[in-house]
Amino acid sequence: MTPRLRLDGLRSALAGPFDLAVGPGECVAVTGPSGAGKSLLLRLIADLDPGEGEAFLDGAARSGVPAPAWRRRVAYVAAEPGWWAEDVAAHLPPAGPAPALAAALGLAPALLTARVARLSTGERQRMALLRTLLGDPPVLLLDEPTAALDGESVARTEALLRTRLNAGCAMLLVTHDLALADRMASRRFVMRDRRLAPA
Amino acid sequence: MTPAIPLSARDLVVAAVLVVLDGALSVALGLGLHRQLAVATLRMVLQLLAVGLVLRAVFALASPAVTLLVVLAMVAVAAREVAARPQQRLARFGNYLVGATAVALATLLTSVLALTTALRPSPWYEARYAIPLAGIVLGNVLNAASLALDALLGAVVGARAGIEAQLALGATIGAAMRRHVREAVRRGMLPVVNQMSAAGVVTLPGIMTGQILAGLDPMEAVKYQILLMFLLAGGSGLGAVAAVLLAARRLTDARHRLRLDRLSPQ
Repeated sequence: MTPRLRLDGLRSALAGPFDLAVGPGECVAVTGPSGAGKSLLLRLIADLDPGEGEAFLDGAARSGVPAPAWRRRVAYVAAEPGWWAEDVAAHLPPAGPAPALAAALGLAPALLTARVARLSTGERQRMALLRTLLGDPPVLLLDEPTAALDGESVARTEALLRTRLNAGCAMLLVTHDLALADRMASRRFVMRDRRLAPA
Repeated sequence: MTPAIPLSARDLVVAAVLVVLDGALSVALGLGLHRQLAVATLRMVLQLLAVGLVLRAVFALASPAVTLLVVLAMVAVAAREVAARPQQRLARFGNYLVGATAVALATLLTSVLALTTALRPSPWYEARYAIPLAGIVLGNVLNAASLALDALLGAVVGARAGIEAQLALGATIGAAMRRHVREAVRRGMLPVVNQMSAAGVVTLPGIMTGQILAGLDPMEAVKYQILLMFLLAGGSGLGAVAAVLLAARRLTDARHRLRLDRLSPQ
């Protein structure tokens, strides 16, 4: 079976080379000390940093796809999400399942029309995940998606991510939380010296 | 052409008494400015005398090559100013290349347009017209381009997370940068808009004042000033847009990435 996401010698001046295959419905966790290159790996896959080598989505090479189309399908959610307007609503499409997703993530409906500055760190983190999930990407590159969340929010976020896995989404999960990695992932790697090693 | 009231050396010496008064104020009030004031005054007089002599010689030569050389030297100095002012620097002399291209493009286009349509000296590149015109346009273009470049580089560094969040969601680099590009061009063009609004009401523009003092009819002087303001407005807009677009090109790539690695480390 063709893996959903495959990396073939993907590397930049700062990290890699990385070779990895993630199947549909599979979650692979990457742990390791801060500064080991975990975020660099996700940025490299999302094509946000220049590099060499190749990545494939369902067998189709990244180099044959315009970068914006690639990033819509292989979606990177940064550990510290960025915002480009004052209102949350400006970051979301005018119509769509945003209210349902907000409910699933435990975000009050009023937050969808609030100012970004009014959101707590944990609310921002979930809102960033929400706006990415609205695009239904087949691959999710998640950088510490639950780091700023309380126990209940972690459970809700995990449950939502699990429904995506069941729907065939492939996930690469960067986290310091070994328990989360064990709960979510079928395989775990450790980032050492900017290379992946089996845990 | 001699002015209506020629100035003698003695007239200048009398006016210089005012600078001496400044110096006396500095000593009396303990401002500690008198040394700087003396140096600045001396520099100003020597620089202007030198420029006068050079211009007189260049005008007398009436050589298109020499005129072009003088204009290019002025452009080079202006490009250096544009490059030096922003806090952030594009790597590999990027600021200089962006500054030189933007300033040269905007100044030459605007000046040549004025020389071949409105002013029409014969020949159109006559040094007496071409050099002062290029000079005054250059001053404004320099200001617009450096403000715009500073605004773009500063904004992009500050908004990196927001720009990359848009890219990660599948936005094109053009869409993700648009707000910052627009804001930077705006910043570059604002001074000339203010200058036009204030012209004649808050300030009498320098060129017009000079021409009236030199004996020209005020309405003739006003017509020159209006022409000049149009040129400055056009030059500022071109300079700001060129600087911002060239810098934005260097900060992005064909894979729609934001390339802040192309800024020099501070």
